Amino acid sequence: MTGLSVKNLLGIKDITSHDIELIFETADYFKEVINRPIRKVPSLRDITIANVFFENSTRTRLSFELAEKRLSADVINFSSSSSSVKKGETLLDTINNILAMKVDMIVIRHASPGAPHFLAKHIKANIVNAGDGTHEHPTQALLDSFSIREKFGSLKGKKIAIIGDILHSRVAISNIYALQKLDAEVMVCGPNTLLPKYINTLGVKVELDVKKALQWCDVANVLRIQLERQEIKYFPTLREYSLYYGINKKLLDEVGKPITIMHPGPINRGVELNSDVADSDAAIILDQVQNGVAIRMAVLYLLASNKTPLN
Amino acid sequence: MQKKLLLDHQLFEITIQRLCQQLIENHSDFNKTVIIGLQPRGIYLADRIHKTLQKALGQNIEIGYLDITFYRDDFRRREKPLKANATNMPFILEDKKVVLIDDVLYTGRSIRAAMDAMTAFGRPTLVELLILIERKYTRQLPIQPNYIGKSVNTMQSQRVQVEWQIQGAKKDKIWLINKAEAG
Repeated sequence: MTGLSVKNLLGIKDITSHDIELIFETADYFKEVINRPIRKVPSLRDITIANVFFENSTRTRLSFELAEKRLSADVINFSSSSSSVKKGETLLDTINNILAMKVDMIVIRHASPGAPHFLAKHIKANIVNAGDGTHEHPTQALLDSFSIREKFGSLKGKKIAIIGDILHSRVAISNIYALQKLDAEVMVCGPNTLLPKYINTLGVKVELDVKKALQWCDVANVLRIQLERQEIKYFPTLREYSLYYGINKKLLDEVGKPITIMHPGPINRGVELNSDVADSDAAIILDQVQNGVAIRMAVLYLLASNKTPLN
Repeated sequence: MQKKLLLDHQLFEITIQRLCQQLIENHSDFNKTVIIGLQPRGIYLADRIHKTLQKALGQNIEIGYLDITFYRDDFRRREKPLKANATNMPFILEDKKVVLIDDVLYTGRSIRAAMDAMTAFGRPTLVELLILIERKYTRQLPIQPNYIGKSVNTMQSQRVQVEWQIQGAKKDKIWLINKAEAG
């Protein structure tokens, strides 16, 4: 068996379809582990992982921390709001100080696209990108594809529509790369103002009408409107967005075919997704969350498995 | 390729039968006993023992497969990454007697990992080890099997190969092979 082709998980763009399959296969085994009476294995007991979050996060951070603890790693947490970053320390200095305490892996979330790539050029520790600005969020894309695979057996030929704020979404970009590497068909759907200019270069279908997108797809991955990243108005009001792009039971009934509904969270109920859909049997949103832990265990385990001499 | 036959088809079958009889002597009706095969290669032996026991006793016996990859002590110390296999334990081990089954016992490290892995499924009252081929004088840990198919003297440059009919071999056979030549 060969391991991952990369030392760091910076983005889906950099990894191969073989890497993705290996992560999925390993995650299958970890999913069994986290459903045992004792949900813990000792694999990473000699590894220390720092979760360095320069941006807010609930799911991703808890999910990483849980994954690390299920693998018996030692975990330290860092959030920029309560740190010396406020005193003017640079990113590289902050990380080097953490590494000086003998940390083996860094899980980083940062508002600037490319921050993990910058670190990868300067430090030796393994890096996992937990979201860099509007660029990539690889573990989210992996767990999304893993959840589709779990439901359908394979992604090959499956039609996935990514609906909502594509422009500001690292989830969308990572998902597009992952789905294409797994031979799924991808469509993005949203108001013109929330579609990136370069979207045509990614080889995906583009649809402005959400009903047509739903008629086309097997799976709808619905994204949140990222108001915190929007410095200008991209649409008149949230209410208007919800009227044109919000997904509710009535709309799904009109489309009249089974569609699996996904959402990376946090949901703005009543905006992009109504409760009558989010809480229905068609939604696999909480499966995504559970799979997130297994996927992150697999990523950390595989990145850590390179031979390392003991000091 | 230079290889020596350790067990031929007939002796293989007799050995399985004998191991089952020994198990029945100690566990009588297998009321509280479960069988656990170690992934990846111990599961074939576990299946065979399980089948033979069920036939002899005419009753259902619980069987599970345990993967030890995440419990091994050579993680990050090998050139090649370790590949995991499926664990399927459809029962918990609390207050059960366990017969761990693997095909070849060499350094004993897999068995140590297996005992560690088992604890995630409860606290058994007794754990025993059944091995088809015991390689003598090679243990690196204080581990000895309770049931042995055959004990053999081997060199480090040799390996034991168990061929299973169920895996596509012509007959069930066990060979001792010189590693260098086995490639």
